[in-house]
Amino acid sequence: MSWTVFFVAIFSSMLINNVVLMKFLGVCPFLGVSKKTGSALGMSAAVMFVMVIAAFVSYLLYYLVLVPLEIEFVQTISFILIIASLVQLVEMIIKKISKKLYKSLGVYIALITTNCAILGIAVENITRDFAGQYGLFPGLAVAVTTAFGAALGFGLVMFAFSTIRERLEGANVPEAWKGVPVSLITAGIMALAFAGLGGIVG
Amino acid sequence: MAKTKNMKKEMSRLANLTKGFFKENPVFVFLLGLCPALAVTGTVEASLGMGLLVIFVLTGSNVVVSLIRKWIPHQIRVPSYIVIISTFVTIVGLLTEAYAYALHGELGIFIPLIVVNCLILGRAESYASKNKVHDAAIDGFGMGLGFLGALVVIGFFREFLSTGAIAYGVFLPLAETPGSIINIDSYVFSMDAFGQAPGGFLVIGLLLGIFNFVAILKRNKKERERQRMIEEKKRQALERKRQKAQEKAGAKA
Repeated sequence: MSWTVFFVAIFSSMLINNVVLMKFLGVCPFLGVSKKTGSALGMSAAVMFVMVIAAFVSYLLYYLVLVPLEIEFVQTISFILIIASLVQLVEMIIKKISKKLYKSLGVYIALITTNCAILGIAVENITRDFAGQYGLFPGLAVAVTTAFGAALGFGLVMFAFSTIRERLEGANVPEAWKGVPVSLITAGIMALAFAGLGGIVG
Repeated sequence: MAKTKNMKKEMSRLANLTKGFFKENPVFVFLLGLCPALAVTGTVEASLGMGLLVIFVLTGSNVVVSLIRKWIPHQIRVPSYIVIISTFVTIVGLLTEAYAYALHGELGIFIPLIVVNCLILGRAESYASKNKVHDAAIDGFGMGLGFLGALVVIGFFREFLSTGAIAYGVFLPLAETPGSIINIDSYVFSMDAFGQAPGGFLVIGLLLGIFNFVAILKRNKKERERQRMIEEKKRQALERKRQKAQEKAGAKA
């Protein structure tokens, strides 16, 4: 296994299979917290934090606990519980470590439990069978890298979208299309642009 | 007396069932569950499958949450709801894998992701945890039907725009059939992008805009009607005043 695997993992999960625009994961925060650039960046940072840790923990949980016990079917329940408790834990740790960081991220962290991108990436890391392809621990590294790339892609799209929305505030939009409809159409056009990146990396 | 009361109850139950169809439609009004509404609505078939799964999970979780609502401590209610919901999602996942494998393959990752569908958690929190079992079941079923309806509408438009087919890959008999008046091959005008990721956003955005437009037209009409009523009443009052004054004048004379 060479380093290109990691590069491809980051590149493809960030740009080509973008979580929001290509896989439709995490659309709720994408539409909900993108009115201001500051809150969009805060949400992205919180998502990155939780997504990487969740990918790490869920991968280990699956291969070290569920597979040996042959209870793979409780995957969904155990993953969502892990993510929910992880969110609580991260919230507590951030609160202890840095009051300033907690003030800027705290609101968003509570919202993350219902962010489907976190669970989606955790489940997808299992279905893509990194452990079978690369071995248990190298697979773990690839899974975490994929999660990191996905979080970067989420942040990129959130940032771009929030800046567009700030400009849209002042634009002369027909009354019926104001607010969510025009944002969805904007997102659609952004998705068209991202669709052009498909096929760069096999 | 008892009969009217009963009827009232029936009516409210019917309203409870149908409120999710238009007035409180989860997708178009509350924007809940947008992830599956965007992701699996490429075809009518997949939308229908997803909607059916959500109806099952929503009704089941509403019933169970309502059954044990008095024993769930307030502080840990959300984790308990999540456990209940994910149990039903696991059941659904295993059932589709066993009996509808094609659907399981098509929906893929979005079957486990029903757990984080905000619609289901929202109904558990805002309705099932406060109401009786049968009401919660009706509410879950109705809301699920509303969700299914919204998905099928989106799926219909996306499949038509991307392939030219109406549903299940069936084309309108317009093209190159002997005897048809219009010869339009709807396949020629199809746009691939609508079946893929960008089309989901575009179609939902356009549909939401059209619904808003209709709502605004309706509101304007109502407003005009109200204005006219006010004018009418003013006119009537003025007329009466004048009549009274005339009568007074007549009596004096």
